[in-house]
Amino acid sequence: MPKITYNTHDNKTHTIDVQKGLSVMEGAVQNDIPGIDADCGGGMACATCHVYVNEEWLDKLPKKEDGEEDMLDMAFEPKKNSRLSCQLIVSDELDGLIVNIPSKQC
Amino acid sequence: MNKTDVLIIGAGPTGLFCAHQLGIIGLSCEIVDNLDKAGGQCIELYPDKPIYDIPAIPECTGEELTSNLLNQIKPFNVKFHFNERVEKLNKIKDRWHVKTSGKKEFDVASIVIAGGVGSFEPRKFPVKECEKFEGKNLFYSIKDKSIFKNKEISIFGGGDSALDWAIELSNISKVNLIHRRDGFSGAESSVQKVKELNDKNKINLYTKYQMKSLSGDNKINAVTIRHEDGETKEIKTDYVLGFFGLIMQLGPILDWGLNINKKTVEVNTENFETNINGIFAIGDICSYPGKLKLILSGFHEGALAARGCFKYAKPDEKLRFEFTTTSKAAQERLGIKK
Repeated sequence: MPKITYNTHDNKTHTIDVQKGLSVMEGAVQNDIPGIDADCGGGMACATCHVYVNEEWLDKLPKKEDGEEDMLDMAFEPKKNSRLSCQLIVSDELDGLIVNIPSKQC
Repeated sequence: MNKTDVLIIGAGPTGLFCAHQLGIIGLSCEIVDNLDKAGGQCIELYPDKPIYDIPAIPECTGEELTSNLLNQIKPFNVKFHFNERVEKLNKIKDRWHVKTSGKKEFDVASIVIAGGVGSFEPRKFPVKECEKFEGKNLFYSIKDKSIFKNKEISIFGGGDSALDWAIELSNISKVNLIHRRDGFSGAESSVQKVKELNDKNKINLYTKYQMKSLSGDNKINAVTIRHEDGETKEIKTDYVLGFFGLIMQLGPILDWGLNINKKTVEVNTENFETNINGIFAIGDICSYPGKLKLILSGFHEGALAARGCFKYAKPDEKLRFEFTTTSKAAQERLGIKK
């Protein structure tokens, strides 16, 4: 299974085997990793699963769909490397992905 | 004091259909919602987006679904209380006394929480010092635009609210519009209008900037913004406005003694009652093994919760199961004339 690393705001690192086909958001929620709220349940409708992707991964990820950037306008402290983790679907290509969870989601 | 059988918290699709089910079995209800209209997430998050999984409706928008549900409950004359958030619950003998943020009071036999993921509140600036200026000269909504006349206003955001207010206020004030990127999520016609006004120096548009800090003692007198490349600018300003959409907060529900797990309320699946007798929870806010956050699940949960409410509202009566196709009583309640 691909490994995804979540760095949480309390400076802890969680590396988790996440089943292919789940989203990076679901990987966090199912493993009780704090800091991902995912209020809307993965519908790209709330911006509370916002993560910062490690720079070297930015270009390797699937491009943002319409609507993701609009939702990121609403996120807490969005940056250039911001993504909604519900839109990142885990695959072999994402094995080793590192995401940083912001201090707050709202 | 508003006296009714059931108070429903939340006017989303689940709350609306629960009102229908209560009406069918002859119970009265009133609905409180923190928004200014019915529809909940359907209206607030995706009014124009199609929904494809409402049984027997191949496709409809959030707005259509809401208006159909409102039509369906018309015969019951349900009273709505908008812009109100339920704050306090008190059990007095076998009734519940409920108080809202706007000091409305209710005396009810039972309560159905259909609160979605919580009540919608404006999303705020991440910058810490914003808190102390909030309500003084920093706002997340506009109640009286006349206070902005001949003032310098800094508006943050890139959606319809930010664009519409920037355009509107540019007629009476000096407007700075600050947004984190070049693209906007608001309507294309508004984006064009803002760009025109920027060319005519009626709006100062700053893109790829975000708020860095505020300065001022009692009131903000300047805002410092930072470009994504790190460059900063200080802008003199009389007012700061932030339009970042809405966020859902559970709010006072957390203080009612309910069993809460990951922002949801635990219920039994027999009648969707919580750990507190007489308080039910349905829709996205409830959790039980196998819970699906679908509108259709909310409808089912509302139908069962309505029946659960019956024994609290009419303890001396027995509820009989009936179909609307054949029940005279149900048809009378629906106002059907034959």
